[in-house]
Amino acid sequence: MTTAPRQAPGPDATASAPGPALTQSAHHQSPRNDHRTLRRVLTHLLPLSPAVILLLLFLAVPIGYCAYIAFTDLQLTGQAHSSFVGFANFRTAFKDTEFLNAVWLTLVFTVLSSLVGQNTLGLALATLMHRASKPVRTLTGAIVITAWVLPEVVAGFLLYAFFRREGTLNAILDWLHLPSQNWLFTLPILAVSFANVWRGTAFSMLVYSAALDEIPQEITEAAEVDGAGGWRRMWHITLPMIRRSIGTNLMLNTLQTLSVFGLIWVMTRGGPGDKSQTLPLYMYEQAFQNSMIGYATAVALLLLLVGSLFSVIYMRLLRTEV
Amino acid sequence: MRPTAARPHRTALLTPLVALALAATALTACGSGSGSDPDTVKISFKQSTDNSIKVMDTYLADIKKQFEKQYPGKKVELVPIKAPDSEYYTKLQQMLRSPKTAPDLVYEDTFLINSDITSGYLKPLDPYLAKWPDWNQFIDTAKSAAKAEDGKTYGVPDGTDTRGLWFDKGIFKKAGLPANWQPKTWDDVLAAARTIKQKVPGVTPLNVYTGKPAGEAATMQGFEMLLYGTNDGTTDPLYDTSTKKWIAGSQGFKDALSFVHTVYKDKLGPDVSDALDPNIQTYVFGEMLPKGKLGIALDGSWLPQAWLKGSGHEWPQWSQELGLAYMPTQHGQAPGKVSMSGGWTWAIPSKAGNPDLAFDFIKTMQTKANAEKWYIANSGISVRKDVAADPAYATAQPGIRFFTDLVASTHYRPAYPAYPKVSTAIQEAMEGVTTGDMSVDKAASSYDDELKSATDNQVTQR
Repeated sequence: MTTAPRQAPGPDATASAPGPALTQSAHHQSPRNDHRTLRRVLTHLLPLSPAVILLLLFLAVPIGYCAYIAFTDLQLTGQAHSSFVGFANFRTAFKDTEFLNAVWLTLVFTVLSSLVGQNTLGLALATLMHRASKPVRTLTGAIVITAWVLPEVVAGFLLYAFFRREGTLNAILDWLHLPSQNWLFTLPILAVSFANVWRGTAFSMLVYSAALDEIPQEITEAAEVDGAGGWRRMWHITLPMIRRSIGTNLMLNTLQTLSVFGLIWVMTRGGPGDKSQTLPLYMYEQAFQNSMIGYATAVALLLLLVGSLFSVIYMRLLRTEV
Repeated sequence: MRPTAARPHRTALLTPLVALALAATALTACGSGSGSDPDTVKISFKQSTDNSIKVMDTYLADIKKQFEKQYPGKKVELVPIKAPDSEYYTKLQQMLRSPKTAPDLVYEDTFLINSDITSGYLKPLDPYLAKWPDWNQFIDTAKSAAKAEDGKTYGVPDGTDTRGLWFDKGIFKKAGLPANWQPKTWDDVLAAARTIKQKVPGVTPLNVYTGKPAGEAATMQGFEMLLYGTNDGTTDPLYDTSTKKWIAGSQGFKDALSFVHTVYKDKLGPDVSDALDPNIQTYVFGEMLPKGKLGIALDGSWLPQAWLKGSGHEWPQWSQELGLAYMPTQHGQAPGKVSMSGGWTWAIPSKAGNPDLAFDFIKTMQTKANAEKWYIANSGISVRKDVAADPAYATAQPGIRFFTDLVASTHYRPAYPAYPKVSTAIQEAMEGVTTGDMSVDKAASSYDDELKSATDNQVTQR
């Protein structure tokens, strides 16, 4: 963000000669001040302009276009001309049980894998690693980060191999003489949530490691001297101090999880039936299998709405500072 | 990069923007293209997702060589699209939307060609076909495969496919079933499967593709192979051509669902969780059949393509180990056997830069010698009379005669624009009875509801 330009001095604030104005001291009011302000604004804005133009071109225009398409009955194929249909797509969505099912599953997936899974596990790992010896830290970090840097599709195939009927998980259960089953079939949403936790925890861990490093050691030590146990220190000192990181992390995690597609597509294709069909998969089915681009775009806008809803909640969480 | 917790406010504002950007770019993603060069013909085709299968690539490379020799100064640019079927269609349709990205020649599935014609993506070929003597060699059903409701033809088919029952002679022997098995009714098929289940434990008696994960394979190899055997064999049980409406509430539909229900309820098919695995097709031709784990497979004529030399699942002795039988009609009523056909065509996009050159390429591909080479290479079924009559074709591969004979009693799908949605609705009904979540009646009635919304209420009750 640029700094706010100083107030213009009044009616005589018109143009004047360029050049030396910049060398004058800041508190010295003069008619030249206004020009200086203008120059300052320009020197700040000019370097930004390519970015602004690019943002407009690649963000605002496509989003605007998407918003427009959401109000049409545009199809990928099977239609000579599309027409404007108002809110019909949105009405169809809210009447469609498959859509409502997808919304519900998206919420389950997000809460399970992002809020509960990645976030909590990431914090736990970061806390444990904070106290661990350097070799342990490095090793754990390397393993967890490997899961994170794997492409989504590769991770999907790995976890498909882990959960499938002849997969690793069942082999382990067999070895322990526990009953095995086809997890992708019996508990698909849990399996994909677990996969997302496996893949995304590293990110939370990194965020929290950084946050924990920033807590001054004296405070923790003082609390220790005062006789606070591990849980109390966590609850009364650590958590309040890293509150802002928790907010940021939750928001990033949630938005990323809301848009997970490849992982679920590879593991279950949203099935069996619609039992793991989250909103991105529902959107894909509508857009590219049923060719209904307009309708799918409307669903995409609704998904954006869900995302921004979460964002607003987290931003409020961030605002209340300690 | 190491993310830190510093300055979360800025991140907070940025994140929704990033999310918006990702969503927006994902939805509007499109390729870039250059204008066309008048001497280069650009050809898009579907490349197998299995790296070891190069049948199409090899064939086109050969035709490209012939073409460039025959038309000096002209060049062929092959633009492979490596994707499974459904993603291939999507990519192609996106390319066809703009003159910048539209190739000169595309490989189109008859499944979607009508939809793309309605969208105005393709060019009618009638002026070219009228001047092309080889067109008379194509059988009539094949000529109609790419004919639109406007009566114009939009594609040249390069073969078709038919479907039937593949059975494992070894398993049949153990079960005491004949090596020249030919069931006359659905009950005969189920009876054979029950015998296998009883006498040869450890193998899957019968595979019928089902549910959404198998996609169009469930609809076409599975459901429609049953449905089209339920009525008198002349009228279409899915679509009423006289009123141009889709058929709801038919007894045949329920009977076909009931067959699927029986297969999975009586555990004659694969374990339900395997049947609904997205990779079931690869599992059937790659593992179950070659390893002698499946008694009967209701599947397509193209299976041997996967068992060719260098295909990764090499199985040259399949013709000794597998037998072939026609899929019978429900009660053995005329014509006694059922097959469904689809296949692919070569079509010219309406936004193509070099349509004339593209048609010249089709002509090179469809000389008798080249067409025959193609059918043999990809285990395709000929739609050309001259090739079908050629002994070299008929003896090129075991099974070709069997599947070519089926062309006479085969059915084409009502591949109108609503068909993909109807197909999904069928898969959902199948899945309902496969898992046992729905009774046959419930699944059939929910199909009727889906059908109404999928076809904008263009439905007639039977």
